[in-house]
Amino acid sequence: MASRGGRPEHCGPAELFYDENEARKYVRNSRMIDVQTKMAGRALELLYLPEGQPCFLLDIGCGSGLSGDHLSDEGHYWVGIDISPAMLDAALDRETQGDLFLGDMGQGIPFKPGSFDGCISISAVQWLCSSNKKSDIPAKRLLCFFSSLYSVLVRGARAVLQLYPENSEQLELITTQATRAGFTGGVVVDYPNSTKAKKFYLCLFSGPVTVLPKGLSENPDEDEASESRFTNTRVPFRLERRSLVRKSRAWVLEKKERHRRQGKEVRPDTRYTGRKRKPRF
Amino acid sequence: MKLLTHNLLSSHVRGVGPRGFPLRLQATEVRINPVEFNPTFVARMIPKVEWAALLEAANTLHLAEVPTEPVEGYECDEAFLRKMHHVLLEVEVLEGTLQCPESGRLFPISRGIPNMLLSDEESES
Repeated sequence: MASRGGRPEHCGPAELFYDENEARKYVRNSRMIDVQTKMAGRALELLYLPEGQPCFLLDIGCGSGLSGDHLSDEGHYWVGIDISPAMLDAALDRETQGDLFLGDMGQGIPFKPGSFDGCISISAVQWLCSSNKKSDIPAKRLLCFFSSLYSVLVRGARAVLQLYPENSEQLELITTQATRAGFTGGVVVDYPNSTKAKKFYLCLFSGPVTVLPKGLSENPDEDEASESRFTNTRVPFRLERRSLVRKSRAWVLEKKERHRRQGKEVRPDTRYTGRKRKPRF
Repeated sequence: MKLLTHNLLSSHVRGVGPRGFPLRLQATEVRINPVEFNPTFVARMIPKVEWAALLEAANTLHLAEVPTEPVEGYECDEAFLRKMHHVLLEVEVLEGTLQCPESGRLFPISRGIPNMLLSDEESES
């Protein structure tokens, strides 16, 4: 099982980690059920489905059906896909209302284009970032997953994926592949200042660019934006950068500004930025 | 697996693309499950239904009383919607197989759960 404080993805593939013992936790443990249901509720909230209309949704990594049950409670119909037979057996025992599939999300979603009105995923997508076979390339699997997800969603539908990224590089890899697949959107962070309560929701839109919802925080007066926007539009660089001499201070400042726009971590600009160094450099 | 889901399923074997639809259904065990009737949802799903595939699946399962095409003004026709609700949401295939029409690959269905796992050679990624 996962080493103390370690991440389950490092110990092996998902279908082996989620065995009967783990599946039992997702059925019996009330704290587990509570957390999963709350996250499912928040994901459904971020999906902004039209009021009072029953929708056909996809649940990725549905597991024992905890999130799916919440969807059913809200009057929606859903299809769930999971890679662990033990978790799906637990879902059958709990008599979930949605249809279940045994499948690997990294191989694509086997549905016709425009099948689903929306998609949620709770604590599943980060498993795509670890590779357990020589043939597994995380970036390729992520792109395959996001491309097929983009296809099976109705035009203008959203996908809200709650995940536990290991670090910012992993989150960046995931968002880059989502953008390459055609999605726009960003990451909504709830309770960014609390280690326990902090949750990441990757909100993806398959239609025109819309406003990203604000993340929750303990202090409602906080203005800080904890999201970075990812769009398909390119900043026209020929006009801006043609006049800049390569390696000059202005060029360095422009490059740092560009990286900030992309949401990368950049050191603050000081009087030492782009300073001419001694010849030994 | 419900017939509504079967109607939207498409094979994702490498190189198959849109020719992977519809999956040929063979069922050895079927169950009728009563499901609460929601006319709004059924009416919304009617435009998405691929009728040829639905009729073929219904034939294989020897279902009676399956409408052959959407009736004019189906949103208000409760009898039609109830029939569609029964066919799409209440018929569950528990044991059987799904066959990809292009590659011939068989996906088994066990306890109502189709196994769509592909081997390394078959998957696109």
